Amino acid sequence: MATDTQPPAPPTPPAPPARHGVLSAGRAAIAARHLRTDRWWLQPLLTALGLSAFVVYSTWRAFANAYYYAEPYVSPFYSPCLGSNCVDMPLGARWPLFGEWWGLSPALLVLIFPLGFRLTCYYYRKAYYRGFWASPPACAVAEPHEKYTGETRFPLILQNIHRYFFYFAIPVALILTYDVVLAFRDEQGAWGHMGLGTLVLLVNIALIWAYTASCHSCRHIVGGRLRHFSKHPVRYRMWTWVGKLNSRHMLLAWLSLVSVALADLYVYLVASGAFDDPRFF
Amino acid sequence: MSTYTAHFRVWRGDADGGGLRDYRVEVHDGEVVLDIIHRLQATQAGDLAVRWNCKAGKCGSCSAEVNGRPRLMCMTRMSVFGRDETITVTPMRTFPVVRDLVTDVSFNYDKAREVPSFVPPEGVAPGEYRMLQEDVERSQEFRKCIECFLCQDTCHVVRDHEENKKAFAGPRFLMRVAELDMHPLDAAEEQGLDRKRSAQDEHGLGYCNITKCCTEVCPEHIKITDNALIPLKERAVDRKYDPLVWLGDKIRRRT
Repeated sequence: MATDTQPPAPPTPPAPPARHGVLSAGRAAIAARHLRTDRWWLQPLLTALGLSAFVVYSTWRAFANAYYYAEPYVSPFYSPCLGSNCVDMPLGARWPLFGEWWGLSPALLVLIFPLGFRLTCYYYRKAYYRGFWASPPACAVAEPHEKYTGETRFPLILQNIHRYFFYFAIPVALILTYDVVLAFRDEQGAWGHMGLGTLVLLVNIALIWAYTASCHSCRHIVGGRLRHFSKHPVRYRMWTWVGKLNSRHMLLAWLSLVSVALADLYVYLVASGAFDDPRFF
Repeated sequence: MSTYTAHFRVWRGDADGGGLRDYRVEVHDGEVVLDIIHRLQATQAGDLAVRWNCKAGKCGSCSAEVNGRPRLMCMTRMSVFGRDETITVTPMRTFPVVRDLVTDVSFNYDKAREVPSFVPPEGVAPGEYRMLQEDVERSQEFRKCIECFLCQDTCHVVRDHEENKKAFAGPRFLMRVAELDMHPLDAAEEQGLDRKRSAQDEHGLGYCNITKCCTEVCPEHIKITDNALIPLKERAVDRKYDPLVWLGDKIRRRT
């Protein structure tokens, strides 16, 4: 049965009372801030790298103000175009609401909405709190901050407006859907054609809708706020459907983030002449 | 059947101090960490304190940290570790230690008492409660909780910030608030108790930054964050931060 024992280690002195967190007085005196032996750092690292790559790419493209339209494709970063300095996009969502005074890239006027939607998203909050702010870096790994107030005060209390960004995300997704319809044309504007770009935009909008519909605020609005599902069978059914999507919210968040960047990159490559859009019919 | 000798490091001590001690101990096929702790107790460390009860993952007694991760010792199979791996077992590091692997979890009972209990509906006697399955199934998920307090242990709000213990109820008891707020017969609101508002104002829901560690460690696989905490946050938004919902409620009450 049992076997040899090593001589017991001498007890360590008690933890200093002024220390905080897992080193607080009264808790088990363990000097290490965590004892995890797995690669707990890998996930926050990959998250931070993935999000950083998107931020760098999207910042470059948003400020570039060039190569965002190649008949019949428009980049999702530049639609709808609300500035008067947009290129001509036949039938495209081009509404110069901001007039002549706006001299910067028109993408900046519209990207604020999807940016706000993703920034306040419950999944992305987890991702960047862990990946960038180390709060916490991983479960049972001590965070480096001495004080923590969470989302109780400004600015993080503003995370509570997520549902308003969800409301704005719906018209943006509708406009991008319209852009996909326009993509079923050829370079001369004739209908009933399709190219690789059409497929890229189609996949992108499908993922954007799936991500938007899987949102936790959406789940709450369609039925989650009810107490008696039995009195609202249609909303209960919708809540069930959204719940199924919601369980894949993280996956959809990443897929739609990658797809929107790839869709923009595709339009950039075609518009800049680096790549010829293969036409299917 | 195969047997091997594993290297265990177990925290021994009490509130005055202590440290990790090394043990070499036999392991047999099919055993869990709690079996090994019991073998240590029986053969090498007769005074090793450990809290346990059912050995079936249902009583929530044997919560500890195995290789730094909050887990039930009775549900942690030895086969998940390499035979050469050193296995470190410590008490939960969020609560005051009593002795060895036993911690004082009374913080959780204090927090439990702070959550107002179910308010019976007027005019319906006990035994006459009737609810449809679709109305209760959300709450039923939360009733699977075995109160092992691993979610409370792993939550960085209190684990890394002792000072937040006063203001923050922790995931287990915010889930309790959500369970009652979703209960089809709870009459708290009719009695003037707004659970949505009190979740934020009195139980510290705003401290939760939804990093999902509670969900990761739950041995009952309850989706604490997605099904309890986030819905509760959305309900708190209805009450406190959404003027459209506020206006809608006002208009509906008048008509």
